Amino acid sequence: MTDRQLITLRVNGEPYELVIEPRRTLADTLRQDLGLTGTHLGCEHGICGACTVLVDGAPARACLMFAVQAEDRDIRTVESLADGDELSDLQRAFSAHHALQCGFCTPGFLMLAEGFLAERPEATREEIRELVSSNLCRCTGYQPIVDAVEDCARRRQASRREHDRAACGEAERSGHAAGA
Amino acid sequence: MKPAAFTYHRARDVAGAIRLLAELGDEAKIIAGGQSLVAMMNYRLARPAHLVDIGRIGGLDHLRGDGSTLRIGALTTHHAVEVATDAWLGRGFTLLRDAMAWVGHLPIRTRGTVGGSLAHADATAEWCLLAVLLDAEIVASGPRGTRTIAAGDFFHGFYTTALAADEMITEVVFPRPAPHSALLEFAERRGDFAIVSAAVDLDVDEHRAGRAVRGGRVALGGVAPVPVRVPEAEAVLAEGGQAGPDLFRRCAAAAAAAIDPPGDGNGSADYRRALTQTLIEDACAKAVSR
Amino acid sequence: MSAHTTESRHAPAGRYVGASVPRREDPRLLTGRGRFVDDIRIPGLLHAQFVRSRVASGVVTSIDLSAVLDVPGVVAAYTAADLDVIGITAVLDRPRTQFVPTEMPILARDRVRFAGEPLAIVIAEDPYAAEDGVEAAAVTYQVHTPVTSAEQALEPGAPLVHDEAADNVLLDVSMFATEGIDEVFAEAPCVVRVRTRTGRQNAVPLETRGAVADWDDRDAQLVVRTCTQVPHQVRTVMARSLRLDERAVRVITPDMGGGFGQKCVVGREEIAVAAAALRLRRPVKWIEDRKDALTASFLAREQRYDARAAFDRDGRILALDADIVCDMGAYSCYPFTAAVEPLMASAEMPGVYRVPAYRVRGRAVTTNKAPSAPYRGVSRPQYVMVMERLFERAARELKVDAVELRRRNLITEFPYSGVNNITYDAGSYLDSLNLCEQVLKDEGWYDLKAAAAAGGRHVGIGYSCFNERTGYGSGAFAQRKMSVVPGFDMTEARMDTTGSVTITTGTLSHGQSHETTLAQIAADELKLDISKIKIVQGDTDRVIYGWGTFASRSVVVGGSAVRLAAVKLAEKLRMLAAGLLDTTPDDVELDDGRVRRRDDPGRGLGYAELADIAYLKAHLVPKDLEPGLSVTATFDVFTDGTFGNATHGAVVELHKGTGRVEILRYVCVEDCGVAINPMVVEGQCRGGIAQGIAGALFEQVTYDEQGEPSATGFLDYKVPTASEIPDVAIHHLETPSALTESGAKGVGEGGTIGAPAAVLNAVNDALAPTGVELNDTPITPETVQRALEQAS
Repeated sequence: MTDRQLITLRVNGEPYELVIEPRRTLADTLRQDLGLTGTHLGCEHGICGACTVLVDGAPARACLMFAVQAEDRDIRTVESLADGDELSDLQRAFSAHHALQCGFCTPGFLMLAEGFLAERPEATREEIRELVSSNLCRCTGYQPIVDAVEDCARRRQASRREHDRAACGEAERSGHAAGA
Repeated sequence: MKPAAFTYHRARDVAGAIRLLAELGDEAKIIAGGQSLVAMMNYRLARPAHLVDIGRIGGLDHLRGDGSTLRIGALTTHHAVEVATDAWLGRGFTLLRDAMAWVGHLPIRTRGTVGGSLAHADATAEWCLLAVLLDAEIVASGPRGTRTIAAGDFFHGFYTTALAADEMITEVVFPRPAPHSALLEFAERRGDFAIVSAAVDLDVDEHRAGRAVRGGRVALGGVAPVPVRVPEAEAVLAEGGQAGPDLFRRCAAAAAAAIDPPGDGNGSADYRRALTQTLIEDACAKAVSR
Repeated sequence: MSAHTTESRHAPAGRYVGASVPRREDPRLLTGRGRFVDDIRIPGLLHAQFVRSRVASGVVTSIDLSAVLDVPGVVAAYTAADLDVIGITAVLDRPRTQFVPTEMPILARDRVRFAGEPLAIVIAEDPYAAEDGVEAAAVTYQVHTPVTSAEQALEPGAPLVHDEAADNVLLDVSMFATEGIDEVFAEAPCVVRVRTRTGRQNAVPLETRGAVADWDDRDAQLVVRTCTQVPHQVRTVMARSLRLDERAVRVITPDMGGGFGQKCVVGREEIAVAAAALRLRRPVKWIEDRKDALTASFLAREQRYDARAAFDRDGRILALDADIVCDMGAYSCYPFTAAVEPLMASAEMPGVYRVPAYRVRGRAVTTNKAPSAPYRGVSRPQYVMVMERLFERAARELKVDAVELRRRNLITEFPYSGVNNITYDAGSYLDSLNLCEQVLKDEGWYDLKAAAAAGGRHVGIGYSCFNERTGYGSGAFAQRKMSVVPGFDMTEARMDTTGSVTITTGTLSHGQSHETTLAQIAADELKLDISKIKIVQGDTDRVIYGWGTFASRSVVVGGSAVRLAAVKLAEKLRMLAAGLLDTTPDDVELDDGRVRRRDDPGRGLGYAELADIAYLKAHLVPKDLEPGLSVTATFDVFTDGTFGNATHGAVVELHKGTGRVEILRYVCVEDCGVAINPMVVEGQCRGGIAQGIAGALFEQVTYDEQGEPSATGFLDYKVPTASEIPDVAIHHLETPSALTESGAKGVGEGGTIGAPAAVLNAVNDALAPTGVELNDTPITPETVQRALEQAS
């Protein structure tokens, strides 16, 4: 075994200090050193996307990144999505649309969609399909995954509009009050 | 598929990176986004003894336009270009932005860098094709100072470039493309390396009725060890003619006849010629339509 | 989702069967809390990788592992000679003229038969060091000329893959040969012929194979956690290989990332890992990497057909004659053997059509390629493709519409006894075809095709009609003369003192949702809330016995066993309650977690109360009953099983300049009998169709003359993405099975079976004006481009 290095990582908001070989990929470090086994490895050459995590909010392949490169970055994994036993809206959409069967690729698709929707909340179905083509799934035929991501996006849009309307109404009311 | 051991070095600045490269010699390799390199290391097809991580060097992730040129920092990610606004890119550089959709998939584009792509020099890489098409200049720093290499001189062969082992790309400078330009690719699957990629940059006289082509540039990827310009096709454009299917077909045919593409598991030489014909025609049509 | 989804379902008897109950597997899988083999961590865990043959055929002249042991972090390295374990031999009870048994050693001893064959196992402190160790191994070979195609294998004087198989043929059977068939062909007004080849595919479960083995001194037991579809069979082979009593091996299957058949056979690597763990008395983990998964795992599907069909003037099929050669690679797989593909094809080829005369020769040929295993659909994607091409050809010859020609030949009266000695139970063959065609017409695809043709575009419509035998019990497998005969399934149902129920099943879900669907079946029978039922699978110490999951058998066989066990448990509850309620079992009934008197529904006992008595107050249990609430049940099939069916319709456009095949529309009309969970059924259809399209258009491993495989990664092995796989419209018909306890037929493989034929027919329909016909898969863009170019 070769030289090890002390690194610090921030994963799901938690800081970690590790002494590891620099050749360890972020994926192996998450899984083996931090015990965050939700991130899966399906090909180790960046095609299947089962290891997709968020690096500073953007989806990235954890198999194509050494853990040492991830220092000072904000890493998020599938373990961060749910609030205790309460699934996130994206996770619920996946379940409702039967967008997972064996579940092996699922964490990668969830993180892919999570990062994408944060940047492109108004994405069209075609854009979502193109996004979903980033990762491989062998069970579902993809359609339910596209459906789930689209459904989640629409619900978020609706709730944003709802929120905006409420905020607008609030502002109007307070405006009236001020004018009176 | 775990990489062989290496010693990791983190460069703080360009000078430091160059010093490390000079010290470590051939045993060292630069890692930026690592989207090609790490995959090759996982297969142990690449096994550098030293990795020099330039990812933390500040000031190399810029997109700076002055109207006639766009300077792109080596550490700028494909995704940063993909989401850049017109204000950032400067007018007329949408070709570059649109081309990003062809670079792998989103999770690759968020990490992969412009400089890394040029240095890796894959025959079908979009940045390499764009650089050759637009006569971009690649700025490299080394112990002997900074030099500028014309794209036409930069790519030497399969994964080999004019860069010395102790040099690194810091920036690439793109002249502004013509208003009518386009890049198209064909691969069996979305996001795959192209079997053939084609990019055109047409000089169109907007004022004449029926829009006449006065000249243009044509570049191809996947038909030679490096991306190539196709003078025979450009000659057809230079002869001029009405911007339309006939001219584009002749231009594409000249390209298909001129190239001597390889045949492999992804497509025979004949198929690559056929794709060349199609992609150049379609790219020309797309270019004039914008 | 189509309008038929809910409408055509007959009203479910209980609360759960027939409803799209949310999957109980989902929460843990969505939160990263699933537990796959590679997620298992044990203190002191070591990691293994394999030194693999670099040559496809040859003799190992030396293996030197001394440098391996010098690599930092390496703990041990073993060759075949070091491990001394017994190899795997899969056998059929057939004479040697028909079948030649061959052995697959755990590690190759001297002969190597494919590039990637394991030669030595290296064990290290971490997976990185294990690969460092593999690199340090020094192996020399005497290289032989490899056999890289079935054609080459069958040539006289070809090199031999196994000395005992003198002509490289592992199975050679000629079957049925209806009397007078030659005369039928000689006199028939229309004889058509189709020759086709299908590419070698990999099932590509996204989770590769893997195992963690650990010797437990207290239980005197080797505990092996491995992702297998057949845990009990792994246990049997492993115990024999390691010379252990079977009870000394416990095979546990955790969450599993797909299998599709690749994991329904017993692999050699997991046994080597177990042997190493046994020697080291330390836990050892092996996770196959993707390169090995693509080059050295089990492949499938490489077949060649030469088929003829005779038709009369009215378009009725008179006879079918087929010669089938399957390239099974270097070894027979356990327990199915290398015969699995040719026997499936030979037995079932007539499919949904009334074929009065049939003759088939099926051969399994051995070559220097990674071995084959059953893969979702097993031969049916291919023979359906051939049958459907024969009908298209005949339609053209006879100038009849191809759909109409099918209508004239589909089996419409059931039960139907086929020329292949199989009795088909009722199905909706004709209805599904009619509905599929109607849907495509109503949606305007025929109009679009006509308009496209007028505009110089190449749009085509293709169909496939097929059935899917899903009740493979001991009877069917015995008929194939397997010496290890799969088929039955055993279930235990046990209620605990809180009234909750644990049900074990011998089937093994690796994505199919059995934790949900089997619980639905039991919940209805026990009149119990589904949350009170837990399905346990994949543990040879907890599950009595079972044959795992393959051949769409789980809901048919496993589900029936679960239902029977639930019925028995309900009976025991009734007997217990009857005694306590002073009445007879016939006069009590189950209702929502209680047993109550029929004549006085107010009088009853909750399950928890009954269980409390059964276990904790056994003195109150009526004399003629045993304490406790535990029952077992077994289900098997000795008839020809049950047949699901479907019609697929595909609309494609061929893009002239690139040869790209774009699927514009895909319609599936399926009939799997009673759908336990329609959402899950649709999931199986869609996923299956995606894999079928993958085989038709994208995926293939080829070998060069040295026997080197073409694909070491997903850049070369082109698993399609969301951009290539179309949305699929699914319409349901329902012909309940009389065989199964639930009325369900299996549905796991249908999508994969039907898709290649539908796509191939659509492509050829689009090519029809050009006169070019494509019959080999995968159909690459280059082939299509060439076809279109030739024509223009």
